[in-house]
Amino acid sequence: MSQARAVMGQSPPRPDGPGKVSGRALFIDDMPFVDLWHGATVRCPHAKARIVRIDTSAVSDREAVFVTAKDLPGPNVVRAIAEDWRVLADDVALHAYEAVVLVAAPTAARAQAAAAEVRVEYEPLPAVLTYEQALAQGAEGLLASSNLAHGDVERALAQEGVRIIEGTYETGHQEHLYLEPNGIVAEVHQSGEVEITGSLQCPFYVQRALKYVLGIDAVRVRQATTGGGFGGKEDCPSLVAAHAALLARRSGHAVKIVYGRREDIVATSKRHPSRVHIKSAVRADGTFVAHDIDVLFDGGVYITMSPVVLARGALHASGPYRCPNVRVRARAVRTNTCPNGAFRGFGAPQTQFAMERHVDRIARALGIDPLSIRERNAFVEGDETSTGQILQTSVSAKACLAEAEQRTGFRATWGAYEKARRARTPLDGRPQRGIGLSLFWHGAGFTGNGEKRIMGTAAVALLEDGTVEVRAASTDIGQGTEVAFGQIAASAGIPATLVRVVLADTGRVPDSGPTVASRTIMVVGELVLRAAADLVSAVCAHAAKEQRAVGIRVREVDLVDGQGRTVSSFAEAARSLARAAGPQVFAAQYRPLAEQQFDEKENRGMAYPAFAWGCDVVEVEVDPDTFETRPTKVTAISDVGFVVHPVLCHGQVIGGTLQAIGWGYLEEMKLVEGRYQNDRFATYIVPTSRDVPAMESVLIENPGPVGPRGAKGIGEAPMDGGAPALLSAIENATGLVLATIPATPERLYAAQRAGAHAGAAEAAR
Amino acid sequence: MTKAFAPRTLAEALTLLADRALGALPIAGCTDVLAGLHSAGGAPPAVVDISRLEELRGVHVSPPGLELGAALTFSELRHSELVQTHAPLLVDAAATIGAWQIQNRATLGGNIANASPAGDALPVLLALDATLVLASTTGERRVLYRDFHRGYRKTALAPGELIVRVLVPRAAGASVWRFRKVGTRAAQAISKASLAFAAELDGQGRFGKVRLAAGSVAPTPIRLLQSEEAAFGQHPSVELAERLATLAKSEVAPIDDVRSTADYRRFVLGQLVRRVVLEVMEQQRTATPRNDDRG
Amino acid sequence: MSNRICFDVNGKPATFEGDPLARLLDVLRVHLGLTGTKEGCGEGECGSCSVLLDGEVVCACLVPIAQVQGRAVTTIEGVGAETRAPLQQAFIDEGAVQCGACTPGMIIAAVALLAKHKKPTEAQAREHLAGNICRCTGYHAIFRAIDKVAGQTP
Repeated sequence: MSQARAVMGQSPPRPDGPGKVSGRALFIDDMPFVDLWHGATVRCPHAKARIVRIDTSAVSDREAVFVTAKDLPGPNVVRAIAEDWRVLADDVALHAYEAVVLVAAPTAARAQAAAAEVRVEYEPLPAVLTYEQALAQGAEGLLASSNLAHGDVERALAQEGVRIIEGTYETGHQEHLYLEPNGIVAEVHQSGEVEITGSLQCPFYVQRALKYVLGIDAVRVRQATTGGGFGGKEDCPSLVAAHAALLARRSGHAVKIVYGRREDIVATSKRHPSRVHIKSAVRADGTFVAHDIDVLFDGGVYITMSPVVLARGALHASGPYRCPNVRVRARAVRTNTCPNGAFRGFGAPQTQFAMERHVDRIARALGIDPLSIRERNAFVEGDETSTGQILQTSVSAKACLAEAEQRTGFRATWGAYEKARRARTPLDGRPQRGIGLSLFWHGAGFTGNGEKRIMGTAAVALLEDGTVEVRAASTDIGQGTEVAFGQIAASAGIPATLVRVVLADTGRVPDSGPTVASRTIMVVGELVLRAAADLVSAVCAHAAKEQRAVGIRVREVDLVDGQGRTVSSFAEAARSLARAAGPQVFAAQYRPLAEQQFDEKENRGMAYPAFAWGCDVVEVEVDPDTFETRPTKVTAISDVGFVVHPVLCHGQVIGGTLQAIGWGYLEEMKLVEGRYQNDRFATYIVPTSRDVPAMESVLIENPGPVGPRGAKGIGEAPMDGGAPALLSAIENATGLVLATIPATPERLYAAQRAGAHAGAAEAAR
Repeated sequence: MTKAFAPRTLAEALTLLADRALGALPIAGCTDVLAGLHSAGGAPPAVVDISRLEELRGVHVSPPGLELGAALTFSELRHSELVQTHAPLLVDAAATIGAWQIQNRATLGGNIANASPAGDALPVLLALDATLVLASTTGERRVLYRDFHRGYRKTALAPGELIVRVLVPRAAGASVWRFRKVGTRAAQAISKASLAFAAELDGQGRFGKVRLAAGSVAPTPIRLLQSEEAAFGQHPSVELAERLATLAKSEVAPIDDVRSTADYRRFVLGQLVRRVVLEVMEQQRTATPRNDDRG
Repeated sequence: MSNRICFDVNGKPATFEGDPLARLLDVLRVHLGLTGTKEGCGEGECGSCSVLLDGEVVCACLVPIAQVQGRAVTTIEGVGAETRAPLQQAFIDEGAVQCGACTPGMIIAAVALLAKHKKPTEAQAREHLAGNICRCTGYHAIFRAIDKVAGQTP
């Protein structure tokens, strides 16, 4: 493959591709380990219960070993942001399926059998399961809060000449359903060092957590080929790794824990459910004057990621719209359910679902179409956000709207469907057709001052033989980290054939931070670029010295002098440098933008250095008899700043948008007494190849102020727009106004009976 | 450890299954049962593989009608020209079962014996007035399919008895058929409600014999007998459609479960019945129905 | 009756002696060390464990080894002969592989599809792949990959 095809902007083949398509790539459950035992977990079936007695005496397998909270060598804490997340339930279990007893045995079947024979006596206790119950607990029921105030909302709501429009919007749990369940192997070496290998997104998070739990310093964490994460493997692996490590120490053998599908669904984190109430003041022409937004997230029983999910939700809550008066009061409440955590979008899909549905409600009340109201209010360069950040550059809200209109003829189509709906006869059995639209933004990089706390470092190493290793903590969980970092190194001038990207391993890479927050290209990629550039400079300088030439620069895979004459191949020069000066590591550390000042308590200042922008247009057919919805076409417009790998970038948009669509109409997670009910692929419904609509992804490049060539992140933004656009389309098709997802036929039927019609809103005007 | 038998003839299989001491379970496609056999305490003392018995496979047509081997897979049913010609409704239902991997293994007999109220082929068999041929070491007997289900997952199968063939009688005159399944999504969907409809039409376009069979709205697949009776002799009309929908809703006993609600299931069943009548009415308005008309 | 099962895997003879109800999936992965076939759910609902059994695509987690007696199994490791490698390359080129967990099963289903329909329409592709869940790609890249090699396989 030529260098020209290997650089950023091209779509070179992914290095992990051949292994994955041949079955040779090893996921954690495929990897051979010496002297491997297997772990299983005994879990509490109650949402809250006192653990009266644990009795392992009835277990017939004499070789099986057990670990309970009493056996912990250190704090019973999985360290995330706070220290309330427990490794094992102690006197009280606080959520259904919380781990109570760990079991290890020589085979998986024996471990499961032994676990089934462990007897635990519980005394069920009253559990907190709803927002109301949690709020009634006062401080005890609050996991986190995040507020912001911009302008003067009270005064704006009271002013003359505005319409007041209110609405409440709800979303439920969403399950990641990565195809590969959680799996970890823990080995304890002679030296006492604990080595973790597994399916995970953030090796340094796991390392940090395990050091604390085990009270040791020597912990090494390696990522295995990981079959999907979407945020679900950001913090859960720390818990699974702690379990495996404890069993490994207890048994004297390496221990593998691989969750079965049901276990993975019922016992690991989900997207935070939300309830958002918005009260807005708008002018008759549709201009937004004030938004008063109350956000409630259900965080489950431990704090884990909630403060940051909530913050991101709050910062995106007023949407990509100009509004001089915004107040957000956001709270994450504590319920006796499994702690909720990161899921692609991280709070922003929830609050933007609410705002987008609310904008549609405003539009209906004023008799304005959904596109026009957004055009009127969408941010433009120079506008101020709800945190007081001036959007200096790279704002594509209106460009995305314009592109969407141009490609779909939204306005005319929407209007035609509105007319068709009103003209429909009751006997008509043909599908009701509708089109809907959403506009969204997504801040790239860690929320607030997160990057400054992480101060990530990436490195590019010149090895003895003149080859080059890219070393960063970013994991490839399918999105293409490996190929992208290779492209970045190639763009800096390093021939692709010399570059190898090391799979994340705390023993081999510096901590460039977690694989979250749409930061992998924009933040970490920038570090890789800088480090690679330093390596290239060093190689050029060495060649200049050796060859006594001037003006040395890279051309394709060679080094040329000021006159353009080839002086050496890059490879030769690199080898020569390695021989002369020994292997070297070029590291680059995050440099905070001087202007990126953010007050996390007040949510004031530059929340994100750059925003990705998107517009989704969704078309549906709704069966007039059964309310079954069939999304037929999705057009997704995304401004990503710069497209590093077109094929994989489109892949993020298409895949992420389908997840958002699924969340919007299929994926329902029911709970009974705090226990998840939809615990199988057959009952937690995600789209199949027969469900996926026709999809078109259009990428816009409006470079941001940071990141390689202005790349602004794409991993999460596609999650923000699909669901509200889908509901908007259903409303256009049927007139039914839904404020809750998923928009199942059951909900649409109930809405029909309750008279929740678009017509009703119009009639009230 | 479970003992596994792979008999070469039906007689051998029946002898094994008659042996109470052996405690053998018949297995065919295994799609509904294997996960359960691996659960704690689920492994039976013995299994008898009936999936490759020649007597249980094959499709034949004779004057009375279509004869289907119970061990036919749904893929085989779908692709059989004889089934496409003589029982197209069964092809429609087979196409909605699971997905390709499941259709390649799941058998007609297994779907029947598993007796799930949500079994996709089952309302079709009711609507087609199917007869089951059951066999044991004491011989063969026939049971009308409508008499086969005795309650939630309880059937007329005696210990040691196997379903060996399914007979689908020929349709008498001009007929219309419809199969509709409302699932959670387009494929790999367990049904929330399903309707199989088969009706004869006389020379004046009135309904003759009508069969309305529903799935997932009662502990077993059921015939909507009152609705069928009300349709007999009537012209398809808007009024009839509404009347049958109301009647049908009163004949079912759906439940709330992880997939759907009783309310919705009852409502949507009524909608399916209503629509089926409206479609026949619409068809008559625009053209004459053909012998093999299916929506 | 014996508990010794003899069958073919990827063109080579294999035997298994043990629990006749052992899942074909476990016999492949653990007993034969062919870990290319994945377990995503264990209940035949995700398609990750898809293999060909006498040329038909099935979920290996739902096939007891006793029923594999005398039959031919093809796993992802058996795909890649000259005629099938273009499909695997097309998967890479079109972005039909992201995390890779659904990929072996998806490719097996695609191989079976192409054997049945030389140039499948998108509707046929959608129908025949509905038993293989992908959470990453949104499926379109997979349709494109299949379309790319359609008509090329002999």
